[in-house]
Amino acid sequence: MYAQQVESTGSQPKSLNKMNPKERAFQERIDRGERIEPKDWMPEGYRKTLVRQMGQHAHSEIVGQLPEGNWIGRAPTLERKAILLAKVQDEAGHGLYLYSAAETLGKSRDDMTKELLSGRAKYSSIFNYPTLNWADMGAVGWLVDGAAIMNQVPLQRTSYGPYARAMVRICKEESFHQRQGFDIMMKMSFGSKEQKAMAQDSLNRFWYPSLMMFGPSDSESVHSAQSMAWKIKINFNDELRQKFVNQTAPQAKYLGLKIPDENLKWNKKTEQYDFSEPDWKEFFEVISGNGPCNIERLAARNKAWDDGEWFREGLMANASKQSKAMNAKD
Amino acid sequence: MSIESPLWEVFIRGQHGTAHRHVGSLHASDAETAMNNARDVYTRRNEGLSIWVVPSNQIIASSPSQKGSMFDPSQGKIYRHPSFYDIPKVVKKI
Amino acid sequence: MNDPRFHLALRMGDNSLILAQQNSKWCGHAPTLEEDIALANVSLDLMGHAQMWLGLAANIEAKGRTADELAFLRDTQEFRNALLCERPNIDFATTLVRQYLFDAWHLEQLGLLCAGSDISVVEIAQKAFVEVRYHRQRSSSLVIKLGDGSAESHTRIQNALESLWPYFGSLFENSDNDYILFKAGISELPASLRTRVVEQLSADCGQSTLTLPDSLFYHKGAVQGHHTENLGYILAEMQYLQRTYPSSNW
Repeated sequence: MYAQQVESTGSQPKSLNKMNPKERAFQERIDRGERIEPKDWMPEGYRKTLVRQMGQHAHSEIVGQLPEGNWIGRAPTLERKAILLAKVQDEAGHGLYLYSAAETLGKSRDDMTKELLSGRAKYSSIFNYPTLNWADMGAVGWLVDGAAIMNQVPLQRTSYGPYARAMVRICKEESFHQRQGFDIMMKMSFGSKEQKAMAQDSLNRFWYPSLMMFGPSDSESVHSAQSMAWKIKINFNDELRQKFVNQTAPQAKYLGLKIPDENLKWNKKTEQYDFSEPDWKEFFEVISGNGPCNIERLAARNKAWDDGEWFREGLMANASKQSKAMNAKD
Repeated sequence: MSIESPLWEVFIRGQHGTAHRHVGSLHASDAETAMNNARDVYTRRNEGLSIWVVPSNQIIASSPSQKGSMFDPSQGKIYRHPSFYDIPKVVKKI
Repeated sequence: MNDPRFHLALRMGDNSLILAQQNSKWCGHAPTLEEDIALANVSLDLMGHAQMWLGLAANIEAKGRTADELAFLRDTQEFRNALLCERPNIDFATTLVRQYLFDAWHLEQLGLLCAGSDISVVEIAQKAFVEVRYHRQRSSSLVIKLGDGSAESHTRIQNALESLWPYFGSLFENSDNDYILFKAGISELPASLRTRVVEQLSADCGQSTLTLPDSLFYHKGAVQGHHTENLGYILAEMQYLQRTYPSSNW
């Protein structure tokens, strides 16, 4: 998902009777569905895992501005241009909310930003794929936001209060994103021959990367087990991926587009779609820096940061002049 | 090496006459910029009629370790709630 | 087109459209997240104005063209935006000062249009005025702070002011149509706004250790469709899909 590879403590969650009294009281609060707040005591592992996860999530939103931002200048109508700009702007907002949530745990936004810029922090693999035609703006909204929503809706119930509240706000704002994407897909699929071809091409390229967004199977992962015990992860990756395929296949059919998977078919017994796994080798390459656009994405973020330094410093310099002048008056 | 701009907490009073509610935080170099940023970040969907911004380090928060002494005493005072009192059904509008 | 209001609507619409197009390219690349979001708000407001003004132009023209066709299917010599709006995004200082100069003119111009005699013009001007009042406040606040910020921010803002100044005057260039509009009581002559706008800019600069250029020289021709080279590239990008796949439904 937006945080696909969050390492937790690396060991199985402790059982209640092996915990010290503080840990046990903490776990029992989570089990009762209580929210953990910034000043509450929390195990160091919980704090670290959360910071890592919220950081990855925030970075994904910020880097996620770039593939769609690529088309703002070329949007084909005034209305599409406004919608796309509003959507990419929302993503900046979502990044901001998530960085703020992480800041409640004592990690500054600048520190997190530096981890992203140096390549130490991860972000979602999906944003390292290029957007090549206008239908990609449809496919990103339909598939990528569609996949993201599957993960973000349950995260509104996550155990950490500031994270859950940020997710509530994000989900509320996100509700138009997927719909505007599908709206573009409809226009393209039911449009001219060239438009339909763009729509199909876009689905062909974005299908497997969208399935990768959920991350590799984690039913055996100790990281996921610990995160789920702490309710900072709510569902297994395979579970969400299956749900996504079940939801998306009929939508593709409605559009008259073919999902690029010969094995995709309805299984009467399981009452689910059978489908092919994405190429996980490709996934691990992309997430470790070898995707088609990793270099451009990080370069763009680094350029924005470096070129903006005088602006940030200038405003701080002015603020310090103002407060000196105030003190001199007092 | 630049210094990070301070963090501000944003409170917004919405359309329906309710009190200002905490909506989130942001970074800004000074109060005026914080106010402008709050308007731009947190009222994109027509959410607000009034904004407060407060430097985050100026907020005094209660400590979780005092939770018992701070909040438990009010639990015993059930006579503060209207349901504590039995009023016969024949008596109206009370 | 004989109705002079067509030219007014086109000029207002093209200014907003080209500036919004330029600003929107910063989305995802601004110096802070807060600024990224704020600048996108300005662009979205301007896109809304462009839709309204070009919609009015299309109505007045009554030849079945839509606002989108005016935006995406005219060539450079038919555009009527001021040269300031098409100056390239060299850095964030140029972008900010371009917006700042534009806002000062825009607010003054909309205020005058609100008091004009044509109801369809007044309606759009009133709606835009409220939004532009905030644009003006925001951009002047930033320019004043950065002008009196660090040595580098001062230099960058000062340089941007000087490099944009010869194109800023383009907003005040009178055309033949402007005289007709003036006589009809619909709008003031563009050149008549200059003194008031420059006074406001000077007052801002006075608060900020900036020096406002005093040259009266500016590059003329935008009112006849004589633009800078950059507009061709802006349109090439903006109109790419409409030109490559004509008469498609998007």
